[in-house]
Amino acid sequence: METFTYYPGCTLRTKARDLDRYARSSAMALGISLEEPDDWQCCGGAYTTAKDEIATKLSAVRTLNAAKSVNRPLVTVCSACHNVIKQTNYDIIHDDEMASKVNNYLKLDEPYCGETTVYHYLELLRDVIGFDELAKRVVCPFKGKKIAAYYGCLLLRPSKALAMDDPENPSIMEDFIKAIGGTPVIYAQRNECCGGYITLEDKDQAAKRSGVVMRSAADQGADMIITACPLCLYNLKKNSGSELPVYYFTELLAEALGVKEENDE
Amino acid sequence: MNKNLKEQVLRSSGVNVLKCMRCGKCSGTCPSYDEMEYHPHQFVYMVERGDIETLMNSKSIYKCLTCFACVDRCPRNVEPAKVVEAVRLAAVRQQGNNHMTPAQIPEMLDDDLPQQAVVTAFRKYIK
Repeated sequence: METFTYYPGCTLRTKARDLDRYARSSAMALGISLEEPDDWQCCGGAYTTAKDEIATKLSAVRTLNAAKSVNRPLVTVCSACHNVIKQTNYDIIHDDEMASKVNNYLKLDEPYCGETTVYHYLELLRDVIGFDELAKRVVCPFKGKKIAAYYGCLLLRPSKALAMDDPENPSIMEDFIKAIGGTPVIYAQRNECCGGYITLEDKDQAAKRSGVVMRSAADQGADMIITACPLCLYNLKKNSGSELPVYYFTELLAEALGVKEENDE
Repeated sequence: MNKNLKEQVLRSSGVNVLKCMRCGKCSGTCPSYDEMEYHPHQFVYMVERGDIETLMNSKSIYKCLTCFACVDRCPRNVEPAKVVEAVRLAAVRQQGNNHMTPAQIPEMLDDDLPQQAVVTAFRKYIK
């Protein structure tokens, strides 16, 4: 069994438990062991791009270094954590001044210089397990189900740092949908923003953005929409005014692998 | 024009505003376009002009969703979102100029709101 360091992040311990537990049970079913580092901290939710911000980047570096210290790749599943951690790693590698300031703050046993490989859980499925292999393990395929993948913004951009897929014409989630036996639905808004954290102070804007996304998916005949992001799920469900069901992709994965029921509390 | 502020924003963002060719792609693709008084392309040329305080006093700095659409879609790799971020930081770093306070948070919560939203807002609005 291959072992990876697994960073759940704050929301997966609270409002997004489903995203987390189905990720864990599916990984186990696929022969992957996910080990959480001790005492991890919240990633900060958003990457601060400013070059003169150092303290706000340290918690992500601590997580990256925790994976480095056990010599394992790091897996994230929340889109926001994935975005913050990958952008931090990218800047450590490409911005020497930022890297040296970060290391001055942290005083680690040895400096962290971007050694850790970071996978989003979807990349783990694509690049480590392989979608063809995943398809062979599926026991309850989503046959005939038209499933719309919602990438939003954080999974793909900035593409230079995230390097996950083509940011304008992605396929990783559609390939995932095919692997679990469903039919992917392509729609215009799949990689546009849901409104994100603006829901805190401007419900109208969040409603407008998430409504546009849901209508776009519904217009193309989707039966359901899947996401990797707790905040996208919230906006699409609560702010969009649409009845189209929204699920975490890990829930569908667990169901396809036949490990969903044993998990339900 | 406040030269020091301009230099601070340029240094903090790491953006070369002179690369902009005014095509407007950033504003055309911005999901917050309708909510903004000044749009991403205006941020870029107003910073070039040194008109930073006007931007700092505009609500537009709190409308950027950090979706990075303008960053990825700019044909000249100008990365306007980084300029917006640097201007917002110049504003909220001033004593007493936080855009949100912890005391305001409880009334914004509901049973489903992910922690991620609150954490992100703190990153964006508070210093």
